Amino acid sequence: MRRFAMDQAEAIVKSIPCAVYAPVEKDALVTYERFEDGMTLRLDVTSPDKSPKDVLFPQWENLMHFRMEGKTIEITEQQRCDEDYVIFGMRACDIKAFEVLDKVFLAEPVDTYYAARRQHGTIVALACGEPVESCFCKNFGVDPANPKADVVMWLVGDEYYCQAYTGKGEALMAAWETQEADEMPVDWAKGEIEKKYDALPFAKLNLNGFDGEHLQELFDSPKWKKLSLACLGCGSCTFSCPTCQCYDIRDYDTGHGVQRYRCWDSCMYSDFTMMAGGQSRPTQLERYRQRFMHKLVYFPANNGGMYSCVGCGRCVRKCPQNLNIVKVIKALGEDEK
Amino acid sequence: MNKEALIPMLGVVTDVRVDTPDVKTFRVNALEGGKCFEHLPGQCAMLSIPGVGEAMFSITSSPTNKEFMEFSIKKCGCLTNWLHQMDVGQQITIRGPYGNGFPVETELKGQDLIFIAGGIGLAPLRSVINYVRDNRANYGKIDIVYGSRSKDDLVDYPEIVDHWCQEAGINVHLTIDREQEGWDGHVGFVPNYVTELGFNPEGKVLVCGPPIMIKFVLQALDKLGFDRKQVFTTMELRMKCGVGKCGRCNIGNKYVCKDGPVFRFDQLGELPDEY
Repeated sequence: MRRFAMDQAEAIVKSIPCAVYAPVEKDALVTYERFEDGMTLRLDVTSPDKSPKDVLFPQWENLMHFRMEGKTIEITEQQRCDEDYVIFGMRACDIKAFEVLDKVFLAEPVDTYYAARRQHGTIVALACGEPVESCFCKNFGVDPANPKADVVMWLVGDEYYCQAYTGKGEALMAAWETQEADEMPVDWAKGEIEKKYDALPFAKLNLNGFDGEHLQELFDSPKWKKLSLACLGCGSCTFSCPTCQCYDIRDYDTGHGVQRYRCWDSCMYSDFTMMAGGQSRPTQLERYRQRFMHKLVYFPANNGGMYSCVGCGRCVRKCPQNLNIVKVIKALGEDEK
Repeated sequence: MNKEALIPMLGVVTDVRVDTPDVKTFRVNALEGGKCFEHLPGQCAMLSIPGVGEAMFSITSSPTNKEFMEFSIKKCGCLTNWLHQMDVGQQITIRGPYGNGFPVETELKGQDLIFIAGGIGLAPLRSVINYVRDNRANYGKIDIVYGSRSKDDLVDYPEIVDHWCQEAGINVHLTIDREQEGWDGHVGFVPNYVTELGFNPEGKVLVCGPPIMIKFVLQALDKLGFDRKQVFTTMELRMKCGVGKCGRCNIGNKYVCKDGPVFRFDQLGELPDEY
């Protein structure tokens, strides 16, 4: 265990010799951005407005370029990521979200764009201290006091205690100016974190029965109608969600060819499943149900029980209609299953 | 490094056959000749014209065809309109094969087979029909019930009349929705025709067509005493990736692109009714 003074954090970020993504102030929000001089580091914010999902899965990325001449086509693949980077100050819930994304993108056939980015990253986690009211990560097996990462930091008093857990982490930390530290203060801090998170309003949600065994029953619940009634289909929940990974593939004319790119999409959108012959989810009820059934039932059914919600609480805070997964869990959780 | 599934290969259109006023069948070869890849009957491929779009189409040719692949495509949207304007020599992008295909070497082997198709729904079944014809000894009696709106809308009509109808052990039952001059065959909807034909509830049934046809064909088969375990269909939902990642084509926890598109009706019955 090592330690360094809290006010040294920015100096450490600046000393890292590769790209660093960290929570910073941007347009009145706090989001993970590529750190540059002049930015304000906000390690104190427990749940930044945006997760670092887009470091692995950018909101918009080129896949390939086509040149077309007469009846012929020529394909040029987009270069994969070949740049090392560090995500600094990442929280336990967002780290768990990367594990969820891995299940999708690293399953056969491996998404090579994602895999290249995943390989080049080193994660420096920051254990949570002060939860926000909308946090409910512990319900989904996330331990805010013990994030899983290459390096983990804990804030104790006005010092960051840090420990490397992987070779990558050790190599990174070796260049930091730190002092030898005792583990005791960290153990105490972890205990304090546990207590605070256990006292949260959504600390104990009843997830019994949210599994593949009850798929049909949950799908058929009459409660979806009332739950989805106010949904505007705006997609805020899916865009702020650290695990939502539905995507679209589109083309545009570059003037000298066609660029094929991938961008985030949302199951909440009315044209998401639209085909020439109609669609499988014609109203907002079906779209709303799809999102939560996917996170709480379909995904765990296909991935050994792992939910694709990490309890970060962003959708709770961002929905303009105050709809969220907690309400769904509470409403459906009441039913005898 | 792994090969990226989203990066297509190139194919070239080597023949265009006009089947009906809105269906054309395109022959596709690899640029160096031969097929772009091997497939199983019932599997699909993603075809694209860069700048226009990319979509999933069933491969209508049989894997036993060693020279080329064929796609029967109905003109019904932006991409298919563009495809219909293609001439021989046009290059397209192609990736696949995707999906599970019909279980021709397991559950269907040694069985009497009844194919029931409506309109463009014949396209995926034709792959199986021709596979079965080329491996005739492995299968029993074959019945093909095929219907469309009019005689002009029957896809693959010359092949059906000149080949399928001529072969021993294959009974072809064609029908069109309404009386039409120059048609002396059966008139009536496919589900009613299935009832009239009164098949014994034996062997396996493969159904593909518009959802409303499938619904009533299933009811007709139920009445004839068929078990849902004997009946297979192939599904179509919107797809972008084809490899179970983009999040569109799921029915419950099953992705049509990789767990389907072929489902047995008893299995489909266990999934949410959202297709």
